[in-house]
Amino acid sequence: MTTIERITEYLEVDLDSERWRCVRCGHVHGPARESYKRGLLVHRRDPAEIHRPLVDAERYEYTFAPDAQWCQILEYYCPGCAVMVEVEYLPPGHPITHDIELDLEWLKRRVAERAAGTGTEATA
Amino acid sequence: MATNPTTPDSTEDEAAALEAEVQEFLHKTVLYRGPDREIMRNHKPAPRTALEERAIAAGTDDLTKTIIRNRLQTSANEAKDMLMHIASAPSAKWGDLISGIFTASGDLAVASSSGVLIFSVLAGPPIKYILKHWKDEETVGVRDGDIFMHNDARFGNVHNTDQSCLMPVFHEGELIAWVGTIIHEGENGATEPGGMPSAAESPYDEGLKISPMKIGENFRLREDLVTYFQNSVRDPKLQLEDMRSRLAGTMRLRQRLLEAVEEYGRDAVIAVTRGTLEFTGAEVRRRLAAIPDGKRRVVRFCDNTLREPILLKINCTIEIKGDEMIIDLRGSGPELMNRAINTVLASLKGMIAQVFLTFVWPDLPRNQAAFEPVTVLTDEGSAFDCSAEVPNAVSMMTFFPSFSAVEHCLQKFLYNDKHTGDEAKSTEIHASWWPMINGFLFGGYTQHGYFVGNVMTDINGMGGGARSDRDGEHALAPIFCSMSDLGENEMVEDELPVLCLANRRIMRDNQGFGRFRGGHGHQQVMTFKDSPLWGWMAIAIGSKFPLALGLFGGYGSPCQPLMKVKGVNLLEAMREDRSLTVDDPVALMNERPFADAEYSTAHTGMQFEMAAPGEVYAMSQGGGGGYGDVLERDPEAVVRDLRRDLISAWTARSIYFVAVDAATGALDAAETERLRDEERRARLSRGVPFDEFEQAWTTDQPPAGLPYYGSWADRTVIHAGGPDVTMPADALQPVAML
Repeated sequence: MTTIERITEYLEVDLDSERWRCVRCGHVHGPARESYKRGLLVHRRDPAEIHRPLVDAERYEYTFAPDAQWCQILEYYCPGCAVMVEVEYLPPGHPITHDIELDLEWLKRRVAERAAGTGTEATA
Repeated sequence: MATNPTTPDSTEDEAAALEAEVQEFLHKTVLYRGPDREIMRNHKPAPRTALEERAIAAGTDDLTKTIIRNRLQTSANEAKDMLMHIASAPSAKWGDLISGIFTASGDLAVASSSGVLIFSVLAGPPIKYILKHWKDEETVGVRDGDIFMHNDARFGNVHNTDQSCLMPVFHEGELIAWVGTIIHEGENGATEPGGMPSAAESPYDEGLKISPMKIGENFRLREDLVTYFQNSVRDPKLQLEDMRSRLAGTMRLRQRLLEAVEEYGRDAVIAVTRGTLEFTGAEVRRRLAAIPDGKRRVVRFCDNTLREPILLKINCTIEIKGDEMIIDLRGSGPELMNRAINTVLASLKGMIAQVFLTFVWPDLPRNQAAFEPVTVLTDEGSAFDCSAEVPNAVSMMTFFPSFSAVEHCLQKFLYNDKHTGDEAKSTEIHASWWPMINGFLFGGYTQHGYFVGNVMTDINGMGGGARSDRDGEHALAPIFCSMSDLGENEMVEDELPVLCLANRRIMRDNQGFGRFRGGHGHQQVMTFKDSPLWGWMAIAIGSKFPLALGLFGGYGSPCQPLMKVKGVNLLEAMREDRSLTVDDPVALMNERPFADAEYSTAHTGMQFEMAAPGEVYAMSQGGGGGYGDVLERDPEAVVRDLRRDLISAWTARSIYFVAVDAATGALDAAETERLRDEERRARLSRGVPFDEFEQAWTTDQPPAGLPYYGSWADRTVIHAGGPDVTMPADALQPVAML
């Protein structure tokens, strides 16, 4: 039996193997002590592909679309099922964010405490 | 050794007397009692006083304490509601205010349950300043019936358009509490009308800068001071009315507090105010302890100074460790010497506390101890912890996105708890609210002949972020005041020479796309008539770099421009041609129905600009971020949004990959499934393995030509305008914008 902790809508962690996994398809993304992004596919988008200009871009500088010289969209896909796990808006070339850094020992300790019935109780 | 028994004593006495005289001179002769660093950097409640120890030791029973706590809460709400009815400031009428009861040490113990809870963490410092600097100062003092006021954020406040009324409460000669009210007043005599001057280039351009000061005694305002304040602003009527309104609300709170003391005893009431603080701090610690330890990170970007586009970074790491939280903003952009978007640290903390009190744990008692377990780390001299010598009147441009950064990171902490017992008792997991005040400020003569300067309460219609189980709500509430209102067009048009041509229209495609979509903002199309002088301002960012973040695969929401139609009187043109309409500013800009007009868009930082009657200024509030993968959105929900004109056919097809029968408008389920399968295959085809992508993507420094402020890869190196100009983070200098 494995101990699975749900971390986000599309990410879970197997505490026994210490691996990130896809919630949708079970694809193993990689070591849970590293960024889950390392196991995903990435696609860089011109932001206007998603937030298209709503006023005439030929006539106006500001169009509701982001400025592609200032902002790019990075999309992260699960290599197994292609679900879009995360979207990141960054200036071109900006280092990618290690957004979730788990404390696996804490999670394991809580699992053990709950199994032993010694976890903290919520107040009413 | 023989000694003279008298001379040395005499010399020592003289020396001691001289030293005492020098010390007295030094104490009394202070060059300038400016902002107090010790007070302003500490948001923790003061230790228990002897009075509080005695009161708690008296042992009031829990039931009585609960009754008292609810009574005090009701009293704070009563004062706030009373102010909403009697105050004149537009913002006050629709909820941009707060009232509260403080401990004798100046800690906010019971705040009104709605209103601007930013003040929860920064309403106390002015009282602490009064206690430290004025209580024992013989020319000031603190006595029963005294009335104090302040507005300067460098002494504790959001910004200096907010004015307070603070009053000590004595019982049998002993100071037992403080009560107070704060209102976002608007006009404050700054270099631009309306109280939030983006043109300010120093603190001395920002209008009234009131350090905590006594403005009345024996429960009466000093008329000479009232006249001085009126003389310093463009709207003396507003200044008078609301100084009196705030005093009335404050005195009502004092009355209610003393009634509670009379009924339950002083010890019981003090035990409740102190105990509420302590309980709140302890409960937040318990909830934090239930959230898994770890770190979450996000980078955000402010894309404008309101004068020029720049990219100013918010570098946010949040760590939860046991029952404490550390919010680390080091590596963020530097303060700007002559732009007013800088944030005083206490203002930043106040805004972040709003995440706790409104967006994560709205069930908590409303007081400053909610933030007690939190430590905020900043680089001193950054735009997020600015010095006293730079302007801060529109600090919202930096602390609103900071709010979003913390809001976003907390969701990534809380999701696990939601799925493993909900011990942290948080609200729903959600994507970012739209975090900006897209609305107009105004200044000029009304149709009634008064000069006014203030803000349209359209700023309150920020789109809500998508939730983990449903769509975000449209034009719901501002992030700084969850229970405020947009106001009524008819009241606006009755008081001001303004016509709201399309003021509550939800804008198509103005959402964060996702499995659940963000709520939309509302459009505002403004013009004026019947005034000899009228102008508009706008103070918002997010025209180049999206502000609201998506969550867990959801997209952020679009950028927002300012739109203008000038050189034409639309009202006259529409009178001549009844077929002309201006209800949709996007259509207006694309179709350009007024032949001789000048059409333009710009970023949403507009200094006060004189307009001509019938000219149009338009913008939209932004939408909330989306939640989850767009390919998981219920196709029927997409069709429903299409029918409601919330999205375009392009968005249905190109973002959500939903096929709609052109003839009937019905969902084509089979084709939708095919489109989505195709898009999933396309993702796998175009996606690049992370390591390969990162190697090609990441650069050593910001792109040349990008006006970049803040760290890049190394948080200790701060860029100040581009790749080549850097400063060490521990020795920041203000950056002058040329």
